[in-house]
Amino acid sequence: MKCDTCDKEATVHDTILRDGAWVEVHCCEACAAKQGLSGPGPTLNELLTNFVLPQVAGEKPRPKATKPKSPTCTNCGFTFEQFRQAGLLGCPQCYATFESLLLPLLERAHEGAAQHIGKVPRRLAETGPAKSELEDARILAAKREQVERERVIRRQLEDAVKSEQYELAAKLRDQLQQLSQSSSASRTH
Amino acid sequence: MTQRGENPRGKKPVRKDDAGDPSNGGKSEDSGSIGSSGGANSGGGFNGIATAEWLTNAGDSNDVVLSSRVRLARNLAGHTFVHRANKEDRERALQACRDWILAANVCDRIMWVDLHESPAIERNLLVERHLISKQHAKGKAATSGGVATPAAEEPRAVAVSIPDERLSIMVNEEDHIRVQMLRAGLSLSDCWRDASAIDDKLEAGLDYAFTKKLGYLTACPTNVGTGMRMSVMLHLPALKVTGEIEKVKRAATDMNLAVRGFYGEGSDAVGDLYQISNQTTLGKPEGAVLADLQDSIIPEVIQYERHARNTLLSKRRSALEDQVFRALGALTHARLIAADESMQLLSLVRLGVVLGLIPELSVQTVNMLFLMVQPAHLQRVLGKEMDQEHRRIGRAAMIRERLTK
Repeated sequence: MKCDTCDKEATVHDTILRDGAWVEVHCCEACAAKQGLSGPGPTLNELLTNFVLPQVAGEKPRPKATKPKSPTCTNCGFTFEQFRQAGLLGCPQCYATFESLLLPLLERAHEGAAQHIGKVPRRLAETGPAKSELEDARILAAKREQVERERVIRRQLEDAVKSEQYELAAKLRDQLQQLSQSSSASRTH
Repeated sequence: MTQRGENPRGKKPVRKDDAGDPSNGGKSEDSGSIGSSGGANSGGGFNGIATAEWLTNAGDSNDVVLSSRVRLARNLAGHTFVHRANKEDRERALQACRDWILAANVCDRIMWVDLHESPAIERNLLVERHLISKQHAKGKAATSGGVATPAAEEPRAVAVSIPDERLSIMVNEEDHIRVQMLRAGLSLSDCWRDASAIDDKLEAGLDYAFTKKLGYLTACPTNVGTGMRMSVMLHLPALKVTGEIEKVKRAATDMNLAVRGFYGEGSDAVGDLYQISNQTTLGKPEGAVLADLQDSIIPEVIQYERHARNTLLSKRRSALEDQVFRALGALTHARLIAADESMQLLSLVRLGVVLGLIPELSVQTVNMLFLMVQPAHLQRVLGKEMDQEHRRIGRAAMIRERLTK
């Protein structure tokens, strides 16, 4: 049987009240959706999850039949279902997002453990570092600042070249050169 | 490939094309043939091909232990994990890591290789030298989103300390950063000390993803916590011959240790070479994993292998000698030989050398051949790319030459 409105095979059959009279309609799925006709009835699973189970649990039935959604990381949009398939998480935040779901998995993989014991990054370490370490940290911090400054200038330089601001580009290149010279004054060549 | 970072001691990071130390070239066993290849299509990254420290057969228990390795998995806070990142994201992470790795003075001389711009043979050389994983050589396409980039072109790199090749830092593998220390013999404590010191330097300039509860956050939950894998490469031919290797495997599995082949995950134990490593990374501090492996489990396996060797020597000497010398005979007379077969024969020859049955050969020569028979190294040594048939011919000739000179 063909659809009432187009040439496709009709898969939705319904009897509706139109202008005070019951009429039979036969539509393909696309036209049915346009006219607001119900598609093939909900599956048993959907019935259970949307109507029966919530009522058992004392909840109101959800207004629309939607598929139960896999938990999703708000930071990167990765779903727990995707993790199951890939075996890898999407971002560091996923560990917090899926904490309760991951816990049994972690315990199985790590002999029942669920708490990290071991090395902690220095910036989070509770005991103060030794004096020589403080000195190292100071040098490294200065270096880090410089690397970041270089990176910013380099990006500005790329933008300047892209937008054909060559005077600005030349200035930035000089700055970059100065920075790298001051950082390696002891260089031998 | 351009180099932007500067080593603060004033030494420029070395590009892969001029990494070979010229002063070493003359001494290197392979200088002749490599020199003639002159980087035609394979670059010249390992002109001093014999320099990797772990090949020297130095270190403790070197009759059984080839090398020890510690690797630390780290990720950048505020970035998605590598497999989820598109090309731009990966480039951003790569640049942040490159800038800092080259600035942080992690070692005297460092070689930086942008793998997405390297020819396949160069990447395969790095795999065979245990400096990058097979997966890192191939690259991994993004699992979703963005414009699809061929896996091999996904931005990723490795930094290697030269000439000793003890340190390698993979960038944009499964995790943003994987620090690896590789040394000859049973030397896990040295590897851990050095890897941790480099980790400290990297952490000073890069924000790691870390929580107090779960430790270092890794793409795969099986690495979360310390992010540390310690492994030891063992040569266990006698346990293989006596069949007791199966007991070792079962015992290791019971202790939550993994037993793998020469090239890690999913590889066979060619040449009777086995890697034993920890599986658990959460809830057990690095020092405890180290103590278990270095002071108790690995020494036990070593003793077990030595015992099996001595038993073979005292009770089945003729059978043992027969196997060893047949292997040597095949290696010195074959005209066509595949990599796996040569590994298997070399394993028996190594056993014979260690037991003093072949005084004219050194263990180091055999260890070196384990590496040289691999396809990429063979082609590097012979100075040209070859198909499988020609590789077999070239391999047989090279082995003959090295074992009979």
